[in-house]
Amino acid sequence: MALSGMRGLSVFISDVRNCHNKEQERLRVDKELGNIRTRFKNEKGLSPYEKKKYVWKMLYIYMLGYDVDFGHMETVSLISAPKYPEKQVGYIVTSCLLNENNDFLRMVINTVRNDIIGRNETFQCLALTMVGNIGGKEFSESLAPDVQKLLISSSCRPVVRKKAALCLLRLYRKNPDVVNIDGWADRMAQLLDERDLGVLTSVMSLFVSLVSNNAEAYWNCLPKCVRILERLARNQDIPQEYTYYGIPSPWLQVKTMRALQYFPTIEDPNARRALFEVLQRILMGTDVVKNVNKNNASHAVLFEALALVMHLDAEKEMMSQCVALLGKFIAVREPNIRYLGLENMARMLLVTDVQDIIKRHQAQIITSLKDPDISIRRRALDLLYGMCDVTNAKEIVEELLQYLNTAEFAMREELALKAAILAEKFAPDLSWYVDVILQLIDKAGDFVSDDIWYRVVQFVTNNEDLQPYAAAKAREYLDKPALHETMVKVSAYLLGEYGHLLARRPGCSPKELFAIINDKFTTVSTSTVAILLSSYAKILMHNQPPDVGLQQQILTIFKKYESYIDVEIQQRAVEYFELIRKGSALADVLAEMPKFPERESALLKKAEDAEVDTAEQSAIKLRSQQQTSSALVVADHPPANGSASVANQLTLVKMPSQTSSDIQESTPTYEQAPKPPVETPKENGAPFDVESKATSIPEINIESKVEPPSTSHSASPADLLADLLGPLAIEGPPPVEQHPAQVSEANQSSVGDLALATLDDQSNSVQPIVNVEEKFHILCTKDSGVLYEDPHIQIGLKAEWRAHHGRLVLFMGNKNTSPLMSVRALILPPSHFKMELASVPDTIPPRAQVQVPLEVANLRASRDVAVLDFSYTFGTAPVDVKLRLPVVLNKFLQPITLSPEEFFPQWKALTVHSLKVQEVIKGVKPMLLPEMANLFMSLHLAVTPGLDNNPNNLVACATFFSEATRAMLCLIRVETDPQDRTQLRLTVASGDQNLTFELKEFIKEHLIDMPRTRAAPPPTPVQQQLPTPAPPATYNDPGAMLAGLL
Amino acid sequence: MIRFLLLQNRQGKTRLAKYYVPLEDSEKHKVEYEVHRLVVNRDPKFTNFVEFRTHKVIYRRYAGLFFSICVDITDNELAYLECIHLFVEILDHFFSNVCELDLVFNFHKVYLILDEFILAGELQETSKKAIIERMGELEKLE
Repeated sequence: MALSGMRGLSVFISDVRNCHNKEQERLRVDKELGNIRTRFKNEKGLSPYEKKKYVWKMLYIYMLGYDVDFGHMETVSLISAPKYPEKQVGYIVTSCLLNENNDFLRMVINTVRNDIIGRNETFQCLALTMVGNIGGKEFSESLAPDVQKLLISSSCRPVVRKKAALCLLRLYRKNPDVVNIDGWADRMAQLLDERDLGVLTSVMSLFVSLVSNNAEAYWNCLPKCVRILERLARNQDIPQEYTYYGIPSPWLQVKTMRALQYFPTIEDPNARRALFEVLQRILMGTDVVKNVNKNNASHAVLFEALALVMHLDAEKEMMSQCVALLGKFIAVREPNIRYLGLENMARMLLVTDVQDIIKRHQAQIITSLKDPDISIRRRALDLLYGMCDVTNAKEIVEELLQYLNTAEFAMREELALKAAILAEKFAPDLSWYVDVILQLIDKAGDFVSDDIWYRVVQFVTNNEDLQPYAAAKAREYLDKPALHETMVKVSAYLLGEYGHLLARRPGCSPKELFAIINDKFTTVSTSTVAILLSSYAKILMHNQPPDVGLQQQILTIFKKYESYIDVEIQQRAVEYFELIRKGSALADVLAEMPKFPERESALLKKAEDAEVDTAEQSAIKLRSQQQTSSALVVADHPPANGSASVANQLTLVKMPSQTSSDIQESTPTYEQAPKPPVETPKENGAPFDVESKATSIPEINIESKVEPPSTSHSASPADLLADLLGPLAIEGPPPVEQHPAQVSEANQSSVGDLALATLDDQSNSVQPIVNVEEKFHILCTKDSGVLYEDPHIQIGLKAEWRAHHGRLVLFMGNKNTSPLMSVRALILPPSHFKMELASVPDTIPPRAQVQVPLEVANLRASRDVAVLDFSYTFGTAPVDVKLRLPVVLNKFLQPITLSPEEFFPQWKALTVHSLKVQEVIKGVKPMLLPEMANLFMSLHLAVTPGLDNNPNNLVACATFFSEATRAMLCLIRVETDPQDRTQLRLTVASGDQNLTFELKEFIKEHLIDMPRTRAAPPPTPVQQQLPTPAPPATYNDPGAMLAGLL
Repeated sequence: MIRFLLLQNRQGKTRLAKYYVPLEDSEKHKVEYEVHRLVVNRDPKFTNFVEFRTHKVIYRRYAGLFFSICVDITDNELAYLECIHLFVEILDHFFSNVCELDLVFNFHKVYLILDEFILAGELQETSKKAIIERMGELEKLE
């Protein structure tokens, strides 16, 4: 038996091992602790050797799970011992027992520093090791410069320098300021020339961390990394001891490739070529071998190479090589490789357009969903989730539902959430969506969060066609003997709202509905009781001709709950009771719930919140964040989902109910200025407070109760309420959303001249990771999305428009694990806007999101754009950006369709020269008429066919809102020449001279093909795949509509 | 980076625990309990990776001992899996044919070796020879 070299320690360990049970062990340990305590108390007579022995014993006892806090002091004090054996114990045990927050550490900070700057190499190593393992703010502040000196010193041995590198890394993680970027890029480059591979390994870890925070600063190191890889991969002069099963340090290779993934791209053609050669060699040359360790090591390198290739967006050939490899991996038996194949395939989905190839493996992936190993199942689930689109949603979601029956608890919640999201995003038809969600609730009610059933209610409310179907389904479920409470809630809600639509079916009279719901009444919790009460009130309202018996039954229940202990229920009971006695007013007050405004899916938000935090975000993840923003952006899906044209539809922010009405015949409802019932309460004869409450109770109360206290969108209850009250206040959705983005991306690029490049030379060290200009363009025709994003912050925006008013909310999300300081936001509005920005907090806490509302009033027509001057400090680096706000002329336009009888008199009446302006425009971007119609639609100009007999002409109308003009009709006519699509004649007429001019210019800007925007690369791929879509068809596709809501 | 490294036997007794992130004692006990439960019943035919909270545990079993490393989700799994094996080879070399008892009675040596192998949650040295030589140097000082 190996012994410890310290007899007392060995004896104690043996004793503990000989204990037969936990109780005996505790007795033995307690005895020892008592002994140690007494010995420590009378320090006299305690030899250094004994001290050392007792401290080791304490560590052993600590490992067994006992508390040894009393000995911290003794342990720490050993650090100051003059001799190595005691000092060593002090350092090692301290770093095991204490964490960075422990006050005792302060006592030794000087000793530690003296050891670091002293001449004793062994002491240096001990001190560096402890500081590297514990970290801590105070160490970081006081020791960093000394540690740096050791790292770059030429006289230190490698054993010191590698520890110094990692110690510095730890201090840097705690406080990035300890490394001064300016000087460090050159030093780092030198350090990467290191010949000692131990030092180089440590240095590379430090480098990965530095570069992950600021790749820009370390460009000069990039070629060095490539050279290291070449050196390793070609197996040149690597000491034998650094090869592992014949592979030149796989860990250093992996680290180096990881570092390279933080550089956005590799421009230097030589470095690029050299790197691709190495990568090619790895991709081609990695074979499966028998030796497990060798196999693992070579595949570790291979998978890192795959990640790097994906990041670099290599040539097509290499990419397909990667996909082929992954396709092979996900079919192998070896579990680790299969797992990694699935994982990397999911990552690949995020960065490249390989959806179609990956879809070929769907069956294989579904097999892995049934693997006995939960790790593999999780990866398969993730991948299926990522690869799902409209074409395979039905199949995938049904697989998930089936799997739900057998899945273990650990996975059910995730599974349910994912199934719900996919069903929502890609539903081929809405009734299928309802089926899926109800099945989900039925099968896994405990794992279905409230968000899921709220969402289904929203859809049903917004889609009349769906209402009878959903009600019938709910009725069916109520027949089941055992029902999950969530199912009771959703069924009761649906039957309360829409039960009357089933009145003629058997078993669906108000009386029967009431009876079957009331069956569950005694078994449910208070939150459900509240919903049931509302349902009863609604059922009663539809009880025509009145069934007195039913009324009595329900009134009795209300009466009974008038004095109920739960305030919410009591209030409902009292109010409903009174309302019912009011008779006919009941119908007004309890009218059907109004449609919900477009809003982001709480589910998606939730899925995003679940994101993990990592010390260093992988480059792939950083990139994927540019696509699926983690902050809020709901209508901004990566085109990777679905074909390009589908992706395009996804970006439509639309209410399903609106979309179902054909744009061609946009109905007169659009013309009505929205009438907020809140302002005109007397109209329907009920006092406002009762009314809004009665109709909104089921939503407000429940949602505000359960909304998780997340940092995202609906953080504060006040905002949540405002959000929820939204629909009541506007009756219909806000005007602008009614004809949003019929945009093809092609049109967006034509907004180019409006948005002339970036504002100034934004000479920040931090660069945006999204194309700011492109984001601006997108937001010009959309009402939510990302406005700006850099490595530290993401600014999202959501807007609502009502006549000449707009309300924008800026969502500022800190992506870091440290706070952003000195946050300032200032609006520089042009003279035609009145803008009021709510105050911005000085600090955005780590991973938090703040919402800053911005109120806008449009005074008159103008094409000038407001600018947001935004700045913050991260670490010591100040960042200042100026962002144009997408508050553009078309936001204040509301499409309107006129009949010929209405149009022509107006058109003819506007004869004054300056009110009706005509211009022949040349250099128009050639487009077919339907394309142009789309463009106009995206600008909120309602194209009205049939007004002009000439099929080559196009007539559009809209109402413009500003304080100066009030609601003013604008009429537009475009005459095109089919022989020459580069020119056309544009006529614009309105009752306001300035408006006519500005609108004409505005439209012109959108029609002219600006060379600048052609150069802008990102939109092009989508653009090309847009062969004049037939708008009605796309609008009738419920999947797209649903997705649009997301 | 490595968040923590655990060495546990089948009964869940901790033989070595090293944390590279600051955790309270109660949290450490919880982590050790949970990780043990997570890995102990996994079929040998399963992957060596398990998701653990928002991280990932890479583990490997040698006789009755489980070596578990908790790393970030995006870290290279196989590289850490082989890092465990390299550690075991170093221990094996140092104790010449290592067994659980060696690690129990010489736990303090194991901590020393670990400090030469991993620091601040990152690999410090991957040469077995360099580490064994370094240990020789240190032993002379005691």
